[in-house]
Amino acid sequence: MASRAVEISPAFGLSLAIAALILGSAAMVAARAESFALAAQDWQALRFTVLQASLSAATSSLLAIPVARALFRRRFPWRGMLIRLLAAPFVLPVVVAVMGLLTVFGRGGPVNGALAWLGLPEVSIFGLHGVVLANVFFNMPLATRMLLHGWQSIPVERFRLAQSLGLPPSAQFRHLEAPMLRAQLPGIFAVILLICLASFAIALMLGGGPKASTLELAIYQSLRFEFDLGRAALLAAVQFALCAAITLAALGLTLPQGFGAGLGRRMAIAAPTGWRRGADGLAIAAAALFLFTPLLAVVSKGLPGLAALPNGLWPAVLRSVLVAVVSALLATSAALILAVGAARSKSRVIEVAAMLPLAASSLVLGTGLFLMVRPFVTPETLALPITVLVNATLTLPYLFRLLLPEARQLEADYGRLTASLGLPRRTILRFVTLPRLARPLGYGAGLAAALSMGDLGVIALFAGDGGATLPLFVQHLIGAYRLQQAAAASLILVAISFALFWAFDRLGSHYADA
Amino acid sequence: MTTKLLAAGLAFLASPALADTPVLTVLTYDSFTSEWGPGPAIEKGFEATCGCDVKFVTAGDGAALLARVKLEGTDSKADVVVGLDTNLTADATATGLFAPVAAQPNTLPVPFQDPNFIPFDWGYFAFVYDKTKVATPPASFEELAASDLKVVIEDPRSSTPGLGLVLWVKAAYGDKAPQIWADLADNIVTVTPGWSEAYGMFTEGQADMVLSYTTSPAYHLIAENDDTKAAASFSEGHYMQIEVAGKLASSQQSVLADQFLAYLTADAAQSVLITTNWMYPAKTPAEGLPKGFETLVQPVKSLLMSARDAEAARAPAIAEWQAALSK
Repeated sequence: MASRAVEISPAFGLSLAIAALILGSAAMVAARAESFALAAQDWQALRFTVLQASLSAATSSLLAIPVARALFRRRFPWRGMLIRLLAAPFVLPVVVAVMGLLTVFGRGGPVNGALAWLGLPEVSIFGLHGVVLANVFFNMPLATRMLLHGWQSIPVERFRLAQSLGLPPSAQFRHLEAPMLRAQLPGIFAVILLICLASFAIALMLGGGPKASTLELAIYQSLRFEFDLGRAALLAAVQFALCAAITLAALGLTLPQGFGAGLGRRMAIAAPTGWRRGADGLAIAAAALFLFTPLLAVVSKGLPGLAALPNGLWPAVLRSVLVAVVSALLATSAALILAVGAARSKSRVIEVAAMLPLAASSLVLGTGLFLMVRPFVTPETLALPITVLVNATLTLPYLFRLLLPEARQLEADYGRLTASLGLPRRTILRFVTLPRLARPLGYGAGLAAALSMGDLGVIALFAGDGGATLPLFVQHLIGAYRLQQAAAASLILVAISFALFWAFDRLGSHYADA
Repeated sequence: MTTKLLAAGLAFLASPALADTPVLTVLTYDSFTSEWGPGPAIEKGFEATCGCDVKFVTAGDGAALLARVKLEGTDSKADVVVGLDTNLTADATATGLFAPVAAQPNTLPVPFQDPNFIPFDWGYFAFVYDKTKVATPPASFEELAASDLKVVIEDPRSSTPGLGLVLWVKAAYGDKAPQIWADLADNIVTVTPGWSEAYGMFTEGQADMVLSYTTSPAYHLIAENDDTKAAASFSEGHYMQIEVAGKLASSQQSVLADQFLAYLTADAAQSVLITTNWMYPAKTPAEGLPKGFETLVQPVKSLLMSARDAEAARAPAIAEWQAALSK
């Protein structure tokens, strides 16, 4: 058995490959950057990237507090449904959300209509506030869900104790809820900050000029507009350094739980009445309105357009489904190998490698790969394989996180048994690992497929004429302001994304139950 | 399963040319090949005489075309590039990727001499507006900046109109250009990567004015019978654009490419360009300009930098533009 422990496991080999891909791309862009002197516009892009990400993360986290609190202490019809729907933006394609936001907040949309009616000046969706608005649209629900978990982690007994002591809501907040928020918010802020630092598609569509260009967008523009490889490489190096620094800082943020354990009982907590009831209702209604109006706008605008779909849509659908399915299979297999390997291994090497892609971004990897392949082939010819690779790599940390606890449980339950039986790896995989992990694997593959289906990142860098995936196709339609066709294509994109998620998830459950 | 799917997909995507007829690949900007653009008619017209298959490949707007040519280098599958302008020809020539072409007769208002490119149409940049919504259009950049009109412009790094605008302000204002841009900043709703996006936003009512051409209202007038669109005449004068086409040195279809360039500047294609690209023809066809063109704004003064001056001015002018719009 000792010999097996030192042999290079598949998980370790894969870890090396991932590290090589991420760090290789980073090294490639750093080496290719002609000078490390940032021009004025590069500083501007760096400042804007940090500004929009910080504002988005702060706004999302702060707005999530009243919503999560209201969802925690109120019971109403459709509550469970609403909480489940809060997970939807995570897999919602960015182009679809932007499409919806443009319809609602654009010139001639209902928001500006109302402002004009009130005699107020119109707001423009383009620029910093547009980018922040879209980021909040995506991340406020995420923050709400994370905070809701935080609230649910406070043992119910504490609330009962506070109430029996006759503590007013303000004191309850100070003694129970504020400590939870202090523990949770930094982590939530950091996660959202990291997501928003890599804003590309949102800035591409809603930025509106040099003032609101993120680093990711500047990388794209240097390559596609100016073909300035040195500058693209420099910007990619800066972006990598920024994300890596925030990732490291975020890893240092632990989430201490100071409440001790409760009995885990589910009890209704008497929620305060009076104006607080109204305020909670308002928070929930406002959040629901903010999240669902843009989506409803896409549906109502898109349905009539389904009758006359633009040319080139179906090839783009085919390309996207292909990319989504292949990258989902790739990411899930990799995550499985790594999670099983990490569960068996005592060192944290595999874990670190699996989380490493968090520090990379779509355009950084894309630029690195672009520079690597260009001496040999026209990058356009590899657009789809590279999109598959980058999408799989970027979804890996999420899938790994999902599988790791289950793999640890599996190792604890069956590790010694399978080892003592000396079963070969294939047999363990077939009879133990796959059946036991089918459910999270199906869920994870669904998540990866939906994320990849909706992704608009590296493909924009590589796609040549007629090589667009569906999100890029929709972005072109939005760009040309053919909004009805864009909305119709968006509907198809959303339908396929959720269908892929559903299909993989069902496949997993089916296999687990069989 | 996966491999089969992949193979089927790749076969579908590659869509190899099965016929023996030679293929002429034309790299051009988006709006050239759109269904209402000149692409379809020119393709049909040239295919009728060449015994070849014309394939259009698009890469955003004009300036992004050059980035694409540089990216592909000598591997490019394109034979002909249609849609650069004289502000980019010096940079394009410096790549060494373009081959010399035979000059064609032209009726341009200015002399044109470039061994590597032939002009196919020209026009004046202008801000286009809707007469029913904007009663008194601005008559200069300063008036535009002082107004609260919302305009949409194109990115000079990816679009030839965007670049033309930056050089227009530079040619008209020189060292005062950064101040003009700073004053214009609050009028600019958004900067689009190309002309089609900007014009689409304008026609959708997302902006009061759009950077386009003095000839754009002719489209609405002639094609849509709509006389509400007009170009604002600016007292600084209007910058001119001469759109050019060239042949790539790496082309395997050199003879066909030459024939295509000659076709592009002959009467048939020139007539098509007038009412599909909505520009003035590089060589006015025998029947003259269509009715409606006489209603268009005539600039008080025409501005144009030489290819060499434009190349020298381009990077600093774009940097000024970026800096002013970043504030």
